[in-house]
Amino acid sequence: MKKVNWTVVLSGVAVGIAALLLSALGNPANMGFCIACFERDMAGGLGLHAAAKVQYIRPEIIGLVLGAFIMALVKGEFRAKGGSSAATRFILGAMVMIGALVFLGCPLRMVLRLGGGDLNALVALVGFALGIFIGAQFIKRGFSLKRTYTMGAAEGAVLPAFMIVVGLAFVLFPALFKTSEEGPGSMRAPFFIALAIALVVGALAQRSRLCMVGGLRDAMLFQDFKLLYGFIAILAVTIVGKLALGHMGWGKLTPFNLGFAGQPVAHSSHLWNFLGMVLAGWGSVLLGGCPLRQLILAGEGNGDSAITVFGMIAGAAISHNFGLAGNPDANGVVGGISLTGKIVVLAGFLVLLAISLINLPKGQNKQA
Amino acid sequence: MVDARGYSCPIPVVMVQRAVKAENPKALTVLVDEQVCVENVTRFAKASGYAVSVTRDGEDYRMELTK
Repeated sequence: MKKVNWTVVLSGVAVGIAALLLSALGNPANMGFCIACFERDMAGGLGLHAAAKVQYIRPEIIGLVLGAFIMALVKGEFRAKGGSSAATRFILGAMVMIGALVFLGCPLRMVLRLGGGDLNALVALVGFALGIFIGAQFIKRGFSLKRTYTMGAAEGAVLPAFMIVVGLAFVLFPALFKTSEEGPGSMRAPFFIALAIALVVGALAQRSRLCMVGGLRDAMLFQDFKLLYGFIAILAVTIVGKLALGHMGWGKLTPFNLGFAGQPVAHSSHLWNFLGMVLAGWGSVLLGGCPLRQLILAGEGNGDSAITVFGMIAGAAISHNFGLAGNPDANGVVGGISLTGKIVVLAGFLVLLAISLINLPKGQNKQA
Repeated sequence: MVDARGYSCPIPVVMVQRAVKAENPKALTVLVDEQVCVENVTRFAKASGYAVSVTRDGEDYRMELTK
């Protein structure tokens, strides 16, 4: 068990470097990669929500899915499958997204924010760990969304095909899509460079099964630390990179800045950073992987993960159409979330609790 | 016998863990259909003191755990 899995570490290091590079090239600060944020930008780009500051067809999402798709094909690991509680997964995907956008980041961006010195992410990490712990209790008692079945190859190719179509349409007819002129959606690394970087990261993540949820989950369930090394590698690379390169003024990379206040695209409403990530962590454990992992699995042909990704995109649209997402701190005023947002996060816990209980093995619900 | 075909990790490992906890069997057959689950179940089984042998059966993997 003590043996370090170097594929995972290498993959974590690559994700860390890629994130630094993407931020230096123009992505928002501490947001080299953020699956939740970028799917939200995509939802905006597709016109599913009208938040003008977060609309852009992010090549990173396209690249991650296609990188995993190509690698899975090359390695003979592409398997079309599905049929494991698709509708439930759609709802869970939406819940994870709502929780993540309250905090303003998916688990991966949480690690990147922490690496940049943003202590709000530390509060979120405690919540995330608690969410994973809660979910793990149900997994331990036999929770499952039931088995998957082999599907025709076309079912497994849905998300890769969707990404190719959206990507091509965006390159050929950019005016069809909404694209932010200010705010995080307007901050972006050049399209094809970002696409290339994401292809490499997607391929590596496919090989290593890198997952931000899996590390803590497996450590809690089986004292298995394999995936946790990836998590730690990303954090280490980001801290070192921000300390070294950020202060040298490397591209648009911002320097390491320890504290709660004045962090980029972040708010310091502690309770809601905490609760948002409890929701995201718990939901992700029920889904079997973090938002990044869902993209990779969908690239490998998993239709259940594809529907989860669509659920997340829908969740992003709901977040912004109903004003549930966190507002960044601005000019010394603490941001945070609206009353509606708070109510929906709390309601989200009830939804997760119901899904967790209903999907325990029959006859054991009472013992749980 | 644990039939974990169609389940994604960590569920197969939990299924094995529950079977081991309940009966502490000397031998246990586990069916999975993902390479990554073979790796994960193997790691767990070895840590629990089992020897593992794996045979490929079409799309599936048959794992024999013994101690």
